[in-house]
Amino acid sequence: MGIFFSFSMIIALVVIAFAGVQLANMQFIFGVVIPYAAIATFLIGVGFRVYKWGRSPVPFRIPTTCGQQKSLPWIKHSRFENPDSTFDVVVRMALEVFLFRTLFRNLKAETREGRVAYGSDKWLWLAGLALHVTFFVVLLRHLRFFMEPVPFFVNLTDSLDGFMQVGTPHLLITGVVLLLAAVYLFFRRISIPQVRYISLPADYFPLFLIMSIAISGILMRYFTKVDLVRIKALTMGLVTIGPVETDGIGAIFFVHIFLISILLAYFPFSKLMHMGGVFLSPTRNMANNSRIKRHINPWNYPVKVHTYEEYEEEFRDKMKSVGLPLEKE
Amino acid sequence: MYNGGKIIAGLIIFFGLVTFPFYSNFGKTANKVTPKLDTPVINQLEKKECVKPKEYMRTEHMKVLDEWRDEVVREGKRDKMIVGGIEIEKSLQNGCLKCHSNVKTFCDVCHTSSGVKPYCWDCHFIKEEGLL
Repeated sequence: MGIFFSFSMIIALVVIAFAGVQLANMQFIFGVVIPYAAIATFLIGVGFRVYKWGRSPVPFRIPTTCGQQKSLPWIKHSRFENPDSTFDVVVRMALEVFLFRTLFRNLKAETREGRVAYGSDKWLWLAGLALHVTFFVVLLRHLRFFMEPVPFFVNLTDSLDGFMQVGTPHLLITGVVLLLAAVYLFFRRISIPQVRYISLPADYFPLFLIMSIAISGILMRYFTKVDLVRIKALTMGLVTIGPVETDGIGAIFFVHIFLISILLAYFPFSKLMHMGGVFLSPTRNMANNSRIKRHINPWNYPVKVHTYEEYEEEFRDKMKSVGLPLEKE
Repeated sequence: MYNGGKIIAGLIIFFGLVTFPFYSNFGKTANKVTPKLDTPVINQLEKKECVKPKEYMRTEHMKVLDEWRDEVVREGKRDKMIVGGIEIEKSLQNGCLKCHSNVKTFCDVCHTSSGVKPYCWDCHFIKEEGLL
């Protein structure tokens, strides 16, 4: 059911933007008001979520490790699987953030001839990495609408991305790969029964949202083209917080920017917060050094203790009179 | 906050990256670039028109060039057109640029401003404009 709910939500959003622009002429709402509101929601929301996480105490060292802990000098220490210093943690974290190392360990479990067999499965890792990297490149490329003059690294990204020189305007590989990766992740979700069983609307919605953003962008670039000069004037108006003109821009642009606004506004409330969460995961960002350093729980209260010596002192006479053995006579 | 220094530093870096377009454009005003139509040939045209309507050409000119390329190079259809009273070839240099002889103030103003680098000029070379 999650699929149909998420899918109809996306269709509804597209229809709202399309009808709002075509029938109600609300270009200003969809092109200016909603994007500003979405950016504000994104920034405040992300800041607040991270602040809330930062306030949670993490008294125990709970890194998930999968290698030999630092031990005696002749036992080989697995530094990045079981880090014991900040530097090793940073390297481990960088491998996780840039290369998705935990996904690389993804295994496929299946029963073969009545026995459970595990095999390597790298497709999730590949598609996940492809989705994130291409999304980043697409975002970087979009800086051309928000900078005047366009910085050299944006132009460089564009020419590298379109180096195959297919068609006019030239085909940008990352846009296509982004869409394909999102489609693969969706089909993976519905084709593996166990994954499908645990999938919720909150899993399908971001995937459909990313797909719809990619599709509207691809449509706008190659098929139902829009007036780029007017769009650049609008986007520059947005970032300079100046007057914005919305005349003469096709409805598909407003659909595109509305879907992106939804993504931004939805971000802090959803699983997409894994962007900040990966850095704040205690199982990832802690060094496994509890045998080297003593970590004291910050909310420990002083515990009243009554040692055996004190006990013996208190009851010495009584114990002696009934003939109990005493440590000190 | 626990580890507050690191977390706040991370947040500041993130906000710095996200809001980069806002503060790097601070104090600037957005200007819409307009390609110039003021060339000797255009000024002498009987009727100010292009091969297709203006609105269509704004968004689809690259597609027109692509179609012309296929028709001329692959299918040998080199029929000439009459536009605004003068004869036009299906060609970039002998067609489009016959009227729009001002590449720098016509093509390039929009292309540069929107970060578009068409690969027309990989092959087409205009001596007067010094374009490569």
